[in-house]
Amino acid sequence: MYKIVEKREIAPRIKLLKVFASEIAKKAQPGQFVILRVDERGERFPLTLADWNKEDGTITLVFLEVGVSTRKLGELGKNEVILDILGPLGNPTEVRNYGVVCVVGGGVGIAAAYPVARALKEAGNKVVSIIGARTAELLIFEEEMMMFSDEFYVSTDDGTKGYKGFVSDVLKILIQKGHRFDLIYAVGPAVMMRAVAEVTRPCKVKTVVSLNPIMVDAMGMCGACRVTVGGKTRFACVDGPEFDAHDVDFGELIRRQMAFLSEEKMALECWEANKRSKEA
Amino acid sequence: MSKWDRLKAVPMPKQPIHIRIRNFDEVALGYNEEQALMEAERCLQCANPQCVLGCPVEIDIPGFIKLLRDGNFREAILKIKEKNNLPAICGRVCPQEDQCQKNCLLSKRGDPVQIGRLERFLADWEREHGVEIPEKLPSTGKRIAVIGAGPAGLTAAGDLAKLGHEIVIFESLHEPGGVLTYGIPEFRLPKRIVQAEINYIEKLGVVIKTDTLIGRLYTIPELLRDEDFDAVFIGTGAGPPIFMGIRGENLSGIYSANEFLIRVNLMRSYLFPKWDTPIKVGDKVAVIGAGNVAMDASRCALRLGAKEAHVVYRRSRAEMPARKEEVENAEEEGVIFDFLTLPIAYYGDEKGWVKRMECVKMQLSEPDESGRRRPAPIKGSNFFMDIDTSIVAIGRRPNPLIQQTTPGLKVAEDGTIIVDEKMRTSIDGVYAGGDIVTGEATVISAMGAGKKAAKSIHEYLTKKI
Ligand SMILES: Cc1cc2nc3c(=O)[nH]c(=O)nc-3n(C[C@H](O)[C@H](O)[C@H](O)COP(=O)(O)OP(=O)(O)OC[C@H]3O[C@@H](n4cnc5c(N)ncnc54)[C@H](O)[C@@H]3O)c2cc1C
Ligand SMILES: Cc1cc2nc3c(=O)[nH]c(=O)nc-3n(C[C@H](O)[C@H](O)[C@H](O)COP(=O)(O)OP(=O)(O)OC[C@H]3O[C@@H](n4cnc5c(N)ncnc54)[C@H](O)[C@@H]3O)c2cc1C
Ligand code: SF4
Ligand code: FES
Repeated sequence: MYKIVEKREIAPRIKLLKVFASEIAKKAQPGQFVILRVDERGERFPLTLADWNKEDGTITLVFLEVGVSTRKLGELGKNEVILDILGPLGNPTEVRNYGVVCVVGGGVGIAAAYPVARALKEAGNKVVSIIGARTAELLIFEEEMMMFSDEFYVSTDDGTKGYKGFVSDVLKILIQKGHRFDLIYAVGPAVMMRAVAEVTRPCKVKTVVSLNPIMVDAMGMCGACRVTVGGKTRFACVDGPEFDAHDVDFGELIRRQMAFLSEEKMALECWEANKRSKEA
Repeated sequence: MSKWDRLKAVPMPKQPIHIRIRNFDEVALGYNEEQALMEAERCLQCANPQCVLGCPVEIDIPGFIKLLRDGNFREAILKIKEKNNLPAICGRVCPQEDQCQKNCLLSKRGDPVQIGRLERFLADWEREHGVEIPEKLPSTGKRIAVIGAGPAGLTAAGDLAKLGHEIVIFESLHEPGGVLTYGIPEFRLPKRIVQAEINYIEKLGVVIKTDTLIGRLYTIPELLRDEDFDAVFIGTGAGPPIFMGIRGENLSGIYSANEFLIRVNLMRSYLFPKWDTPIKVGDKVAVIGAGNVAMDASRCALRLGAKEAHVVYRRSRAEMPARKEEVENAEEEGVIFDFLTLPIAYYGDEKGWVKRMECVKMQLSEPDESGRRRPAPIKGSNFFMDIDTSIVAIGRRPNPLIQQTTPGLKVAEDGTIIVDEKMRTSIDGVYAGGDIVTGEATVISAMGAGKKAAKSIHEYLTKKI
């Protein structure tokens, strides 16, 4: 059981939890994630480690409420507990001095980009960050990202803040303007990562993405998370979650993410109906 | 009740077929006292019992059957427990037909004594009448880390705890039990039976830490160096599912058997949406492979509402590796067997959901030197099967994380951990057993390995003082 020590709503439907999980905090590295189960009947679902603190033994999770699992998690308050957290999982980001790196975060993926940007900065890189969201109020972790960025760009789909368009558009403009990058790191929705991959493919800059397929055990035993990378099937939970963006079959990833769409919808309706009847 | 006949086994009561395919409750209901006594009466009490030779842990079979026959159930179960820590489980899932019962003298002329059913009867009787917690030896002050809470780890932990050692089991999943919990379905091995065995082991003072992935949270060198453990037992079992590597295999609706069974058993998705983990089977399901895992998967698929479940197997009936009893159960429930059939490609709809499976027919060669008949495709025999789901049950590899994170640990080419006859690995104080050493095997062999390792670890730790 893992106690929530801090809870904040950092944007509409995006919540931040600080959870006491000292063993995980001790071992966490950038790019890694945990898998959790909110309660006895809950499903196992992954969240990236947005931060951790070895001293006070906490880990930070940032999530968008989309379906039953994330809604249930969002309902938990300070001092309540999460039943199970397993981690740290996945291979850590390869952090070294590449030279100039561009870190791209989209939506709730900005929180996942943050520890990577920080580590890359601390490793001596020049960090150029691009973060984006649908609209201004959904932008998260701006100050945190800014703190570890040498250059910092913002985009929103509707133009309410920064460049009007996608993060991949900003990246494209920077490259066209002659920016040279030694590494591009992108995390966010699959469509956004695909767009980034397409922008960097022609100039052949090494581009790393952190994939987010459906996971069940997250320890390599089920294959739910399989993705095709360079024509080979890989298990994202243990072989990844980071892969070379130019080798990833994003179409397959996106289709597999939607495998249970009708079940998820039905589950959410049941859960909401249940909640209403409890409140009544 | 039918007339007693020495050559005929007392039949096992089962849930009626039309009812059981609508639920996940246990299919085989177990003998009552009268039936158990009748079956025990059939044993010849051989002076030179062949059955014992067939038992991987050498239970004194005529011994416990005699005690049972005399109505001394408590003594009878204790006789079994001298050698077998998990009789309620083994009585249900051991392949007795290939082990003790295969050797039974009676099987030459009729049905063998139903040793497994008697074992199950006694274990269930004990659970209902109260399990005695044995005296533990005084504390030795030694600490042992057991990695993995499957049958190998649970057994090693139980035996070592009785000897006075302090045991912590580290299990990565949120529930202990290994395959017994996440793989074998409720209708074959109810969770409460596994839970009872786990409770017993906890009563011996064993601490089970779930949600702990060794290799990531702690490595073995860290356990020995920083966490004050004197020895380690590795019982991490088999994990990564093998896929066929054919076209379209990553379409949605194609599960590994492990994913399918983890969803159904560990995550209780047969109770979706009351429980949160979804599962989708559709009308027509193909299960690839013909082992126990394939039987479990096909029978689960029917219970989840599939109209047709096919077991698709590239060899013939005679080569099926599944337990006979489970094949019979599957057939009774309506599973269709497509023998000599090999899938070669999948095709999906615009949403990426599998819709069709292309197969070829196979023929078996004459037996080769090893006596095995090899399947080979028949040219031009390709055909299509419309399906909504495919479940790939063709095997699993050893879990690799410990091997990858333990410098100096000797590992075979197939990824299994190498041990000597005392279950010692190449690292001093580190032992291993179960599927992680043998590759996919059986509950009883994993349990036997756990026992053997416990004995060696005890020797090692007491000598070291
Ligand atoms: C490695 C990894 C790291 C992630 N990190 C974050 C993060 O830091 N913050 C965040 O908000 N989200 C993160 N996600 C996505 C998050 O896991 C899903 O949003 C969540 O599981 C949705 O569950 P739900 O029941 O609320 O919604 P549902 O309505 O059940 O699902 C909505 C969508 O989420 C995806 N999803 C559903 N179940 C799972 C599952 N078991 N595993 C993975 N994806 C699933 C599916 O694509 C689905 O269509 C991450 C995913 C992965 C694989
Ligand atoms: C569906 C199915 C049906 C079967 N049916 C039968 C049957 O009818 N009869 C029979 O005799 N056998 C059967 N078997 C085989 C039998 O279950 C196995 O041989 C047996 O469970 C092996 O035991 P084990 O203790 O070695 O490993 P497992 O039972 O696999 O347990 C290993 C445990 O270690 C954990 N683990 C792995 N890595 C780590 C790590 N790094 N850190 C912490 N924990 C870790 C795993 O989560 C797991 O809980 C079946 C197997 C399957 C999959
Ligand atoms: S071989 Fe059969 S008849 Fe003989 S002792 Fe064993 S169980 Fe009894
Ligand atoms: S989530 Fe099960 S193998 Fe990756």
